[in-house]
Amino acid sequence: MGKHTPLYQNHVNMSGKMVDFAGWDMPIHYGSQIEEHHHVRKDAGMFDVSHMTVIDMRGPQVRTFLKQLLANNVDKLSTPGKALYSCMLNENGCVIDDLITYHMADDWFRTVVNASTRDKDLAWITRHAQPFDVQVEVQDLLAMIAVQGPCARDKALSVMDKTLREKAQALQPFFAVSHADFFVARTGYTGEDGFEILLPAAAAPAFWDKLANAGVKPCGLGSRDTLRLEAGMSLYGTDMDENISPLEAGLSWTIAWEPENRNFIGREALANFKNSTKYKFVGLILEGKGVLRNHQKVLMEGIGEGEITSGTFSPTLGHAIALARVPKKTGKNCLVEIRNKRVPARVVKPVFVRNGKSCID
Amino acid sequence: MSTIPSGLKYTQSHEWIELADDDTATIGITDHAQSLLGDLVYVEIPDVGQDVAAAEACAVVESVKAASDIYSPFSGEVLEANEELADTPELINTDPYDAGWIFKVRYHNKADLDELMDADAYAEFAAKEDH
Repeated sequence: MGKHTPLYQNHVNMSGKMVDFAGWDMPIHYGSQIEEHHHVRKDAGMFDVSHMTVIDMRGPQVRTFLKQLLANNVDKLSTPGKALYSCMLNENGCVIDDLITYHMADDWFRTVVNASTRDKDLAWITRHAQPFDVQVEVQDLLAMIAVQGPCARDKALSVMDKTLREKAQALQPFFAVSHADFFVARTGYTGEDGFEILLPAAAAPAFWDKLANAGVKPCGLGSRDTLRLEAGMSLYGTDMDENISPLEAGLSWTIAWEPENRNFIGREALANFKNSTKYKFVGLILEGKGVLRNHQKVLMEGIGEGEITSGTFSPTLGHAIALARVPKKTGKNCLVEIRNKRVPARVVKPVFVRNGKSCID
Repeated sequence: MSTIPSGLKYTQSHEWIELADDDTATIGITDHAQSLLGDLVYVEIPDVGQDVAAAEACAVVESVKAASDIYSPFSGEVLEANEELADTPELINTDPYDAGWIFKVRYHNKADLDELMDADAYAEFAAKEDH
């Protein structure tokens, strides 16, 4: 038996099909993954993401510490409540994890990291925090619910108490706000608008039921994956890991090279890679029949080979899509090897769907 | 609980087989199998006229989650394949034992039938596999 989030019983009560995910018993779907996917694109769905690790870092030097720890620059966070997506790199310039950091106060930042990387992240962060005298504290008594979709904010706001509702309603994208024991961020992992809500574990089951009664559909990790893939968002351990630099994982935009004297971990190695990258990160749309899958080989005649890092069937577009690492010279077309057959695919920017709409011509 | 019709035969790889009187059989996947796979999005059916060997992969069903091979329980010749599945693979989810059939075979060797389970044996097999 795996670990249970505070919402485990809610999932069982709602006929969630439970599977192991990084040591946690999590719902993969509650009946139909595809229906859940469409519901998020058209209305509102909710995901239990309590298995993710919430880490609070406090101390007068916390900002200086994070400027060293993260490849993106926390100096972009000038107002409390603002969030920043970043990679945390090792000395080789490769990705230990990707994470979101929230600026809570001058001496307090909150970071959410992946469930599968919890132990190594904590060890790494704690080790590097020591010289800065930053306290690193895991918030294990919090639950986290992502409410996503065009109607997600309205439906979630309807079940919040008045003060929290007013604060959450005023949130701009990528900002968060706290009230009492609740922390509400206008962030997500689906390409839709919505909130990610942190709340006390004890309050989570009743809040989940309230959201369900307000018409928010419970969605499993299955649709979470197809939604993030359509949105072109990377998944740690699949699209990038400790052997891949963000430059070849489509994450160059998250690296803050300026100011030049900010010496973040991995900077030197990354700077050396910068002019010698061999691969680029692209989207693929299958033009023949079949489904694109992780690790399928991508062939570009006369140029070389690449690999699919995440592939699936896109419920919104109605055919197979993938994220792939391919040689830099790759043009507009390629072949994908599916069970010894070579099937044509189109090379596109790695974003397929945003806000319910196809991004593909 | 998944449905396991009593008139059919079953394999350990979760195919169902409906035997006809003329040495032919219709093959699909069980309700249990489709529920494990989740929403199906693509089915690769065998070619009509193709020879298949017993326990040979001759079709593929793909859900959002994963691809899964379908094995022929018999050596024989493919008589017919369900073309409907090209556009509506979800028939296997909604109606696995009827509209969701995958292919028909004329089998060469009656002894292949001895390997198959009846509904009770399959129910026990599927339950054990769940634990």
